[in-house]
Amino acid sequence: MFAAILCAGNAAADNHTTTVSGRLVNAGQPVAGAEIRVVDTSGAEVARATSADNGRWTVEVPVGELVFEIVPESLPEGVTVQSSVTRTVTAGRTNSVVFSFGEVRTTHATPLYERVIRLTVDGLRFGLVIAVAAIGVSLIFGTTGLTNFAHGELVTLGAVFAWVFNVTMGMPLLLASVLAVIVGFGVGWLNNAGVWRPLRKRRVGLIPQLVVSIGLAISLRYLILMFFSDRQQAFADYPVSAERKWGPIAITDINLFTIAISVVVLVGVALMLQKTQIGKAMRAVSDNRDLAASSGINVERVITFVWCLGGGLAALGGVLLAMSELGGRVQWEMGFKLLLLMFAGITLGGLGTAYGALLGCIVVGLLVQLSTLFISPDLKYVGGLLILIFILIVRPQGILGSRERIG
Amino acid sequence: MDILGALQASFAQLIGPSAIFYALLAIGLNLHFGYTGLLNFGQIGFALLGGYGVGIMTVTYHQPLWVGVLVGLLAAGLLAILLGIPTLRLRADYLAIATIAAAEVLRLIFRSTTSDAVTGSTNGLFGFADAFTRFSPFDSARQYSLLGVRFVGDDVWAMLVGWTLVLVLCGLVFLLTRSPWGRVLKAIREDEDAARALGKNVFVYKLQALVLGGVIGGLGGVFNALQTKSIHPDFYSTAQTFYAFGALLLGGAATVFGPVVGAMLFWFLLAIPDALLRQAIAGPDPILPLTDAQVGAMRYVLLGILIALLMIFRPQGILGNKREVQLDG
Repeated sequence: MFAAILCAGNAAADNHTTTVSGRLVNAGQPVAGAEIRVVDTSGAEVARATSADNGRWTVEVPVGELVFEIVPESLPEGVTVQSSVTRTVTAGRTNSVVFSFGEVRTTHATPLYERVIRLTVDGLRFGLVIAVAAIGVSLIFGTTGLTNFAHGELVTLGAVFAWVFNVTMGMPLLLASVLAVIVGFGVGWLNNAGVWRPLRKRRVGLIPQLVVSIGLAISLRYLILMFFSDRQQAFADYPVSAERKWGPIAITDINLFTIAISVVVLVGVALMLQKTQIGKAMRAVSDNRDLAASSGINVERVITFVWCLGGGLAALGGVLLAMSELGGRVQWEMGFKLLLLMFAGITLGGLGTAYGALLGCIVVGLLVQLSTLFISPDLKYVGGLLILIFILIVRPQGILGSRERIG
Repeated sequence: MDILGALQASFAQLIGPSAIFYALLAIGLNLHFGYTGLLNFGQIGFALLGGYGVGIMTVTYHQPLWVGVLVGLLAAGLLAILLGIPTLRLRADYLAIATIAAAEVLRLIFRSTTSDAVTGSTNGLFGFADAFTRFSPFDSARQYSLLGVRFVGDDVWAMLVGWTLVLVLCGLVFLLTRSPWGRVLKAIREDEDAARALGKNVFVYKLQALVLGGVIGGLGGVFNALQTKSIHPDFYSTAQTFYAFGALLLGGAATVFGPVVGAMLFWFLLAIPDALLRQAIAGPDPILPLTDAQVGAMRYVLLGILIALLMIFRPQGILGNKREVQLDG
């Protein structure tokens, strides 16, 4: 009996062939009737396939290292293939082979320093956008102690409202963006008045509140998916502009605009925190809520203000993110993707400190963009998140945070 | 409207393989959140390591299945140690942020084209479950009827193994939480300083709970990989953690059977409106003007509302004791 099982096992494990497939496309057109030859390491041909009318081909081959090549004579007139493809084929996974057609493109190699400068500008821009969106998280945490996981959805909502005003209602992009930020203030106010103030009144603990914010985030995200779109949607009159060049620095108008708006808004927030009465009250509540309340500050009013401000800034962050990072497109998950980077930024800077959040977010933005020098672009967010985990190990209070906040 | 049909479709969720998967995740989360008060928002990352442990060792490195299971569980335990050492000394939300970030990092790394040679990137891995289904006493080609719901032979086998596993783990949790070790965990949840004052090394206990719960999460990933016979990186999205979390809250945190009851009822309850809505939009003259994708999104909206409302109005869930779940940040 046991032997039988073993034999069956060996037979199953003896599965030495697998399917390899691909689709031949030259300049957007499928290539039909091309012959693909598969050769093993000793140079012997092991299989052959011909592409169908839609360019698709599949071939059954033995597993192992194989070379896939296209027979040049079988290609239509004027089509050339760049090179053959060497691939180690294994069973138990999809094996696909991609051929490139046309002349081998010799990329004009940009010197390293130019790439570094370009990515630094990009990173600065991205970091400033993260900071604009994240100031709200930091202030809300400072004044109420809530880690708001639903903040990413406030960011998405900002961009979505701008899109609705712009595309559905046909307003110019700038007006739509301004209106979206105003709606963002309202959304922030509604969040506080509808959910968080009642919860504070019920004396719901901070951890249950955190879990509630997760529930709210999931609901909002999928409501956006339902009523907006499950695909990326472009703004109607998004200006596509060429890059301006100042010496080694090259930047598009829209990115320059993004940086300028972010800097102005962030300086404005800093001045408000330093100079105005409400700003001082916000810092006082962050520092010591009870002391602030007993010295005559209306804590609930300050918190309402913080939520409105946070909502508005998140909406602005969403609009800027859609304009710059996503190239004029809005996507239903964009805020959630940004949320973890916002957390990384404000943790790096020091949870609950406004200036720390700014500094941390810029560092995260730079890190995300500059990491593409070393790693593949589809991994660039990983660098930002790893720094988050790393910071928790070496300096959990962040750059500007104080020790007693973390215990 | 065919309410009976909707109920029957939902009934499959009650005992089907997905209930087992979420039950396993939730049992792990229960040790973290329910008994120790730790916020692990990256449980799916542990499951990812469990699942990919099996997939990578068997498909990429041609090892027998048991090596894959072992590697997967070890990797999940290791992740818990790596995340726990820096964050368990800090306030609870630091662990939450670190774990959710770690789970997302893992998913991004495993789906990246850079790691294609090992993980199969977005295509995932498959064809490693033969060593598991080989022991099945059920006929893979046949459908078996369980109380009116049909399951294929391999799924019946997976369910038999899975529910046995769930019961064994429930027994383990029962024994552990009534042991001196379990009482220390609860003491930490209630008052960390008091536990410390009694001479308990709070950090070590927390780390042990995190590792144990994480390994159980990894086991969930192993089960899912063997049952679905394939692994895809985007299955392991952060939302999955919150399904398990929702299931735990529904069933009742800090109870032995809470996560299991929750996992069974969770998809059952969400599947009923889903099935009814699908009926409402089907046919040439639909009652509601919604698309398929919108109905699909509806269940997540309900899930979020369910989590929030449970947390506010009935934090003890169905089976729990309110005094046990008064958490404070």
